[in-house]
Amino acid sequence: MHFVVVGLSHKTASIEVREKLAFSEQKLQEALLQLKTYPAIQEGLILSTCNRVEVCAVVKDVSDGLQQIKQFLAMYHKSYSPSASEEELTPHLYTYSADEAVRHIFRVASSLDSMVVGEPQILGQLKDAYDFAIAQKSTGVILNKVLKKAISVAKRIRSETRIAESAVSISFAAVELAKKIFGKLDGKIVLLVGAGKMAELAARHLINNGASKILITTRDYEKAAHLADQFQGRPVAFSDFPWEMVDADIVLCSTGANHYLIRYEDVSRVIEARKNRPIFMIDISVPRNIDPKVNQIDNVFLYDIDDLQLVVRSNLQVRQQEAVKAETIILEEVEGVLRWFRSLDAIPTIVALKNKAEEIRKAEIGKALSRMGDLSEKQREAIEGLSNSIVNKLLHAPMVVLKEETHSTDAGLFIDAIRRLFKLTKDPS
Amino acid sequence: MNGVDPLLFKITVVLYLAGTILFLAYVVSQKETLSSFSIAATSFGFCAHLLALLFQTIHVGYLPLTNLTEAMSFFSWALVLTFLVVEYRYRIHILGTFILPLALVSIIPAAALPMAEKSLDPRLNSAWLLIHTPLALLGVVSFAMAFVMGVMYLIQERLLKSKRFNSLYYKLPSLDLLDDLNRKAVYLGFPLLTLGILTGALWGKYAWGSYWTWAPKQTLTLVTWVFYLVVLHGRLTIGWRAKKAAYLAIIGFLGVIFAFIGGTLLVKGLHTFV
Repeated sequence: MHFVVVGLSHKTASIEVREKLAFSEQKLQEALLQLKTYPAIQEGLILSTCNRVEVCAVVKDVSDGLQQIKQFLAMYHKSYSPSASEEELTPHLYTYSADEAVRHIFRVASSLDSMVVGEPQILGQLKDAYDFAIAQKSTGVILNKVLKKAISVAKRIRSETRIAESAVSISFAAVELAKKIFGKLDGKIVLLVGAGKMAELAARHLINNGASKILITTRDYEKAAHLADQFQGRPVAFSDFPWEMVDADIVLCSTGANHYLIRYEDVSRVIEARKNRPIFMIDISVPRNIDPKVNQIDNVFLYDIDDLQLVVRSNLQVRQQEAVKAETIILEEVEGVLRWFRSLDAIPTIVALKNKAEEIRKAEIGKALSRMGDLSEKQREAIEGLSNSIVNKLLHAPMVVLKEETHSTDAGLFIDAIRRLFKLTKDPS
Repeated sequence: MNGVDPLLFKITVVLYLAGTILFLAYVVSQKETLSSFSIAATSFGFCAHLLALLFQTIHVGYLPLTNLTEAMSFFSWALVLTFLVVEYRYRIHILGTFILPLALVSIIPAAALPMAEKSLDPRLNSAWLLIHTPLALLGVVSFAMAFVMGVMYLIQERLLKSKRFNSLYYKLPSLDLLDDLNRKAVYLGFPLLTLGILTGALWGKYAWGSYWTWAPKQTLTLVTWVFYLVVLHGRLTIGWRAKKAAYLAIIGFLGVIFAFIGGTLLVKGLHTFV
């Protein structure tokens, strides 16, 4: 029994390759069944997302197993593009076995291998893939152990490092900055100028984070009214909007205008009327709609699209630093799983079972003999023999089965069961 | 001046120094855990400081608040106490980076000089010593907090304006919180200072027969009191908040220091004690 992973990801394959190999939800069941028909494969799971395809499997023999998984992928690939061959696919594939494989799947689950390090979706996708494999009964004791551990490691990393903490998209960066200025966004008023998609998205994030009210203005009042309905906000006439900034704590601007809609003088007057309450202005329009000089006014914080991108970049750097901590956690957890793997070997289990039985036998014989007083040598031998044969006969069948099953699909299951039933050693993790 | 070796004060200095260094390292380091070591060092320092003050009180037989060294030591202790309370309530670790150097500098004279053993002027050793001086000094502590909040505000404001997202940016809290704590500190400091002045006047009446003598220290203190009155009024009515409030808190505290130390050291008047 060996745990292996074969896969490809955004790091090894272009979108053209990935889209051909991706397993759609409808095809996944069939694919999983097909995977199980390969003789070397005992347990299997397929994770397929837009950025990666991973086949995790438990195989009898590492090289046979890897070979057969590659064949499986090539065959599956072929059904889409008949000209494709295994050789074509191979350069994009990576293969891992034993500790490397465990480490890889832990890194994938913890989003260390993701395009955007720390993004949270991958864990959900892995959970879904695992649930699906369970439903198809294609997992066994080893995959269950590794996958459950991968999920718990990912959770541990998320709570112990700041890997998923900071914003890595423009619209979330806007929310994060707003929080650095206002603390909580509860009760804050947002003014949306123009109806750009990105501004709308940012407005939605701001509302989800507590902003209480939204004012909307576009050149076309009808459109503003329509958007205001969606956001349960208030439409504002375009000609009046500079004065509405007196109430607005956050101004989100994205229009198609090719000149400054918000000028230095407007904002100066607004800040005075606001009695110096800070105002956060976000200009996502290109060309810009807010005069950059506005940023020089006290208590005004103006960010254009490049500034927001700068936030995203520096947050990504923070994530990279956190990823280093996460790698240490992963190494530690991989070690735990490896210890468990080692305990699954049949031979040490048989030895441990024998030792345990012998220990019990000796202890009980000792107690019995001390109670019986003087016995002849013969009597003593008879009692010893009796205990020996009871123990040996009781253990004979389980040991034979263990030896027979060593190379079967269910070996891990039997060994794990024996270890638990007889409390041989504690599960190392 | 013969006296007792201020061993406990020296221990406190070492611990505050450790706290200062650890807090400075915390700013540049990636390790979030470093802040717990800094806070631990500070807490031990605080305990040593408390013991030192108790020992000193027992040793001299009155509350050790009768000269500049003793007053600065008490200020340092109360400042660290306030920091620990604020840290517990708001978890602004980086506050320690600003507070600890201030606490360290303020306690050094107490550790460097032998403890005074002069017999206290009987007019000074009265219940008023227990009331007037701590009130005035706690007022100073509040204004020191407002000052630090103002400095932190200006740094964070600059970082946000110039779009520099460095380690300080991530560790400093939001502008709103800094402005709010600045406000709270001034709101707390002002009544304390007011009570300090009033009890001082009453003490003066009992000890010297006059409420107010226009001693340089009294005058300077009155000036800062008026300044903070204007600051409070400005915040409540005409929007002296945010960046302006940060500047005012900094100016105000510089004035307080001048009245507190300058009034004692520069001018030899009746109020040469604190």
